[in-house]
Amino acid sequence: MAIDSARGAPDVRELAEPELVQLLTPEGERVEHPDYPLDLTPEQVRGLYRDLVIVRRIDLEAVALTRQGELGIWASLLGQEAAQIGSGRALGDHDMVFPTYREHGVAWCRDVDPLKLIGLFRGVSNGGWDPAEHNFHLYTIVIGSQTLHATGYAMGVQRDGVLGTPNAGAVIAYFGDGATSQGDVNESFVFASVFNAPIVFFCQNNQWAISEPLEKQSRIPLYRRAQGYGFPGLRVDGNDVFACLAVTRKALEAARTGQGPTLIEAYTYRMGAHTTTDDPTRYRLKAEEEAWKLKDPIERVKAYLVRGDMADAAFFDEIDAEAKQVAADLRKACLAMPDPGPMDIFADVYADAHPLMTEEQEQFAAYLASFEEVPS
Amino acid sequence: MTTETGTAPAAATPPATETLTLAKALNEGLRKAMENDPKVLVMGEDVGKLGGVFRVTDGLQKDFGEERVIDTPLAESGIVGTAIGLALRGYRPVVEIQFDGFVFPAADQIITQLAKMRMRSLGTVSLPVVVRIPCGGGIGAVEHHSESPEVYFTHTAGLRVVACSNPADAYTMIQQSIASPDPVIFFEPKRRYWDKAPVDVAAAPESWTPLHRARVVQPGEDVTVLAYGPMVKTCLEAAAAAAEEGRSLEVVDLRSLNPLDIDLVVASVERTGRCVVVHEAPVFSGYGAELAARITERCFYRLEAPVLRVGGFSTPYPPSRLEEHYLPDLDRVLDAVDRTFAW
Repeated sequence: MAIDSARGAPDVRELAEPELVQLLTPEGERVEHPDYPLDLTPEQVRGLYRDLVIVRRIDLEAVALTRQGELGIWASLLGQEAAQIGSGRALGDHDMVFPTYREHGVAWCRDVDPLKLIGLFRGVSNGGWDPAEHNFHLYTIVIGSQTLHATGYAMGVQRDGVLGTPNAGAVIAYFGDGATSQGDVNESFVFASVFNAPIVFFCQNNQWAISEPLEKQSRIPLYRRAQGYGFPGLRVDGNDVFACLAVTRKALEAARTGQGPTLIEAYTYRMGAHTTTDDPTRYRLKAEEEAWKLKDPIERVKAYLVRGDMADAAFFDEIDAEAKQVAADLRKACLAMPDPGPMDIFADVYADAHPLMTEEQEQFAAYLASFEEVPS
Repeated sequence: MTTETGTAPAAATPPATETLTLAKALNEGLRKAMENDPKVLVMGEDVGKLGGVFRVTDGLQKDFGEERVIDTPLAESGIVGTAIGLALRGYRPVVEIQFDGFVFPAADQIITQLAKMRMRSLGTVSLPVVVRIPCGGGIGAVEHHSESPEVYFTHTAGLRVVACSNPADAYTMIQQSIASPDPVIFFEPKRRYWDKAPVDVAAAPESWTPLHRARVVQPGEDVTVLAYGPMVKTCLEAAAAAAEEGRSLEVVDLRSLNPLDIDLVVASVERTGRCVVVHEAPVFSGYGAELAARITERCFYRLEAPVLRVGGFSTPYPPSRLEEHYLPDLDRVLDAVDRTFAW
């Protein structure tokens, strides 16, 4: 009898029911964890709730704009709000973020205008913001590439000699479960480890790399990979904004004080499609989505606020109204967004003058002008 | 005779000319750049204690420390990717790729990130990274150690691509590349590393030939021979041999492949009416194809014959016992010169 070697692997999801760091249960109950104490004022909790609701609303609006033909594509963060807001709100001013193309929640925490994210997916630029202005690097579309940029940046922070001072900034690199198979991600682990770089690797394991489930990427829980590279790894409930905040804070502080890298696996779920062009009904079961709905990152915070008498109906109405307004403003600004001019093709390719750019630019300008000379 | 502005003025101080190998000239150039700018870093495999497999970084770690001369893990994508990150933090990394054939693991970072980040950022990000690549054959090496991958990079907008051919240029061009705000792919002719020539290490940078200018290294009348990197010497030898037969070759060292100093090339071909392009890389889709097309566009009515190309065959680089047949040499250059006259 032939042995089906591919089936020899243990089911990574079975193995993977380990200790999730959790501070807020799906039912909205606060639990303590000995390694991650967290004191939040009611106002701070309400602030996190506001962030979660608004980024979900922005995301929803972007999906709608795509369906209406205003954006070429959108990568939805639905379901991953807690992982992004929790880690994003753990950041200090000096910390530097290297996102993928789905970190809309982290962008929100760094005060990047959502319109700039929209501009990228609308096709008016390939990026469109100054990374230094927000300490939020450009979206990176090639899977995993940014983890090396983050590691190099962290090596630069080391060389600046600021670690351990109030000006110390750590670096956080975002990536997904699929990216953990990329050479660049593994190389970034090696570099970060041997140089003891001040970096936090924040992996949002949303269970799906487009259509490929986690077991196509790994035989072991992803956080355990860190051990092989020689730095700590942990798994956090990625739908628990408190826990994501607490673990990221601690890992960032370790980095800032010269203790090197940490891998955080935020165990979460991509509730939507990979992008607006994807169709998850072809590869996953509705039942799985339904099960994850019960672990919704926003509902549990709402339950916690209500249960603790920290917010009333007026508060929730107010946040909903604000989210609606943000979405309406975003829609309006998107529709008003001008297309770049044809000559912008040549802009910013090189810093210094480049004869070929100049030559092609002049030829193209003359070509365009030739149409205007045609008598009507 | 006219007085050119390029004529050397009376020197205020005597020139400090030293005779250096090409490898040592690069080493001195790197040293100078590191002395002038504390943000300049050198990184790569074995660049520290060993000084690089060709000793180009010899002694730099001893003098500038492990923080500035970084022995990296053995991962080319990691080297270029982290160099990008260091540049984002304000450093000017000079990356050594140990051999041409090993640049391919880094090709993704070079092509998708290094070349494009400036445009992606709407001009807010500069990546002053230099990627040094020893290139070309002729040293009897095993596979992947003798390649000429320049066109992969000249075809990628956002990169500048240069190739030095002699010690004096090596010394200045490496410093100019490090000073460039744009990423530069810097090709070094590995079989010429040990060639010696005088280098004026005290000349003021303002007097150096600009990085992206070509140079006529052998004036001539009958045919323009275009070359870069290791083939410049071969073409000069061919010119000397041709002279004995009464034929005058004008040899142009292109020095910069992107951007190309097309005006100098055109001026030469318009005078000679004939052109031969020489490179080690395969002819098909090679850099010579671009030169031939551009020269044809600009010099069509002055050409006495089509632009001819001399290069490697359209095969993988052969085992070293065969490389003398693969690499263009003096005779193959002269054969092409003969053919352009026979047209």
